[in-house]
Amino acid sequence: MAFSVPAKLEAELDELVTHYPQKRSASLMFLHALQEHFGHLPREAVEWTAVKLGLQPINVHELVTFYPMFRQEPLGRTQIKVCRTLSCAMAGSGELRGHFCGKLGLDPHHHGPQTTPDGKFTVEFVECLASCGTAPVVLVNDDLLEKCTVADCDRVLAQGR
Amino acid sequence: MSNAATTAPAPAAPPPVEKIRIRVDGREIDVPKTLPDWQGKPQATTMLQACHLAGCEVPHYCYHPKLPVAGNCRMCLVEFGTPVMDPATRKPVLNEDGSPKIARSVLPYEPQTPRGAIACATPISPGMELYPGSPATKQMREAVLESLLINHPLDCPICDQAGECKLQEYSVQHGQAGSRFVEAKVHKPKAVDLGPRIVLDDERCILCTRCIRFTKDIAGDDALGIVNSGSYNTIATFPGRPFDNNYTLNTVDLCPVGALTSKDFRFKMRVWFLRETRSVCTSCGSGCNITIGSREDTVHRYEPRENDAVNSSWMCDSGRLNYRWIGRPDRLQNVLVNGIKSTWKAALTEIGSRLTAAPAGSVALVASARQTCEELYLLKRLATRLGAVTDSVPREGEGDRLLVAEDRNPNSNGARLTGICYTEMGLQLPRIADGIRSGAIRTLVVFGEDVTLHGIGPDLLAKLETLVVSDILPNATTAAAHYVLPGCAHAEKRGTFVNVKGRLQRFLKAVEPKGDGRPEAEFLQELAAGLGVGGGHATIEGLFNQMAKDVPAFAGVEWAHLGDTGVNVPI
Repeated sequence: MAFSVPAKLEAELDELVTHYPQKRSASLMFLHALQEHFGHLPREAVEWTAVKLGLQPINVHELVTFYPMFRQEPLGRTQIKVCRTLSCAMAGSGELRGHFCGKLGLDPHHHGPQTTPDGKFTVEFVECLASCGTAPVVLVNDDLLEKCTVADCDRVLAQGR
Repeated sequence: MSNAATTAPAPAAPPPVEKIRIRVDGREIDVPKTLPDWQGKPQATTMLQACHLAGCEVPHYCYHPKLPVAGNCRMCLVEFGTPVMDPATRKPVLNEDGSPKIARSVLPYEPQTPRGAIACATPISPGMELYPGSPATKQMREAVLESLLINHPLDCPICDQAGECKLQEYSVQHGQAGSRFVEAKVHKPKAVDLGPRIVLDDERCILCTRCIRFTKDIAGDDALGIVNSGSYNTIATFPGRPFDNNYTLNTVDLCPVGALTSKDFRFKMRVWFLRETRSVCTSCGSGCNITIGSREDTVHRYEPRENDAVNSSWMCDSGRLNYRWIGRPDRLQNVLVNGIKSTWKAALTEIGSRLTAAPAGSVALVASARQTCEELYLLKRLATRLGAVTDSVPREGEGDRLLVAEDRNPNSNGARLTGICYTEMGLQLPRIADGIRSGAIRTLVVFGEDVTLHGIGPDLLAKLETLVVSDILPNATTAAAHYVLPGCAHAEKRGTFVNVKGRLQRFLKAVEPKGDGRPEAEFLQELAAGLGVGGGHATIEGLFNQMAKDVPAFAGVEWAHLGDTGVNVPI
């Protein structure tokens, strides 16, 4: 599928640029909007942003690789982010991720996000989700599961199938 | 000859710069308040520059005088102190002995611990004291170096940078014999193909960003960046876009460690075996100053040599890699008379008598603007004696905004100033061709050009009674020659070139000539002596000084004045 930014989105982004003293300051907002629209940031999105903001593609690529939540590859329909910061780690988030990986046939020792071959799930460890009091927590798409158990995990998997 | 050229008015002397009195390791010194930055604009003098003026070098990785300051490697941390001011009177507080009281910089939350400042980016102020030799400064350097080496692979035995590596050099001064690091090192990409001429080893990289700044701010190609975060930071190009501008190899010189390596030089030679010779690049008229690295009569690399009047600290990739022809196996190695190997004495005697017998007006001479000033001067004297018409061959290419000149001859102005050609080169070539065709020209002397490519074809060469050719590589003209005189590449002799801006620069001999090849100036002197027009200088110095007396543009210049960076002459 050829890369193309809808005219409405482009107009919004063009307007956005006017809010900043320098065009390049809008880089992050561009990337957020494009990822929101495309689900991830393909190479073309980086090049498009660079042209729009008068930058070289490497300048934008630096940003995309710096922030873990900018995605260069398409993710699964259900995105499972398991918190691994201290409270959740102590409350057993490692086992939760291990459970997800086991059920989905993913490598529990892999660093970074993993997507199932059918494109249905992406599982990854993330840093603090700011809900230490209800550890362990798992973010499923935009829903936060607090005091998450293995049974909760299975429910997420059942819903996502 | 365009000798009517004007002498540019001398630039107005810069206004005197105010001085600041500071102390460096206890010694009082007055340093200018401002000094030129990487672009030559006056900027507040930094602690690093002040220490340098005080004769005290501050170790550094990311700082480079020709690049914008980044301040990221922290190696140049220096302990310092500033005069204590009375908050009420704004006057310095004095010690009992009348000297100003100095407050050493300390951590705000830990006043017993000295706090350093990065010398590359911290301006000095009046009364400041710098302590580059203090135990605290030493400790900071050791800590920074230890941190830089934590994930370094320590593969010096197979690293191309070994011998000219800042990590090694500073390890000698500030390093530790043992490592305290017990965890696993971070592994990063190895042997990354960054572009057609560059290989990157990310594990050796210390992320000083010199390469990024050079390619963005000097080469004007914002191609490199740092991707990923934290321990996984790596230098990279945008995926699929090669780092391929014409100045990429300068990043290999700039890289203070062995991260960026030249594909051409990679694993070829240990640098400590290389003999370094000051020379000049011959690939275009810019005349970038270079250092030739050679071993046992083989040239292994060119590196740019700093000359702010010509090339700053840089050179282009095409010029840098244009050295392999010097060692080509088909180099002309023998004196040939009618295709048969002869001796210099026999050939020069025969040529001398042939030229003496040639009637005035029957001789033409084509001398390449790749020959040295001294050779062109001798050739011009010969031509004048013989009444010969002379010319050179123009060689044009595309120039760029940084260093590459459109004129691809290294010594076009030398040819003009010695009178071999007019300002517009090559005007006489059609006349010479016509002269041969009509039979008026029966003797042709060619130095360093294949005239068959420039309007004097093999059919015309066949009509000549005498064709004397000196060159270093075989071509259609040497094939047709009655006399072939094997010459020298610039790396095999000494001499001078005048660049496109009129910089008269000398170059020295790095390797021995191939076979029977001899420096052209040497055998031309013998030929000239045979014809009674000079010669007799045993050294290039003597010949140069003689030439400087005879060529108006070089008036007053002596070989000794040229130094390593040359002098300007009017063109």
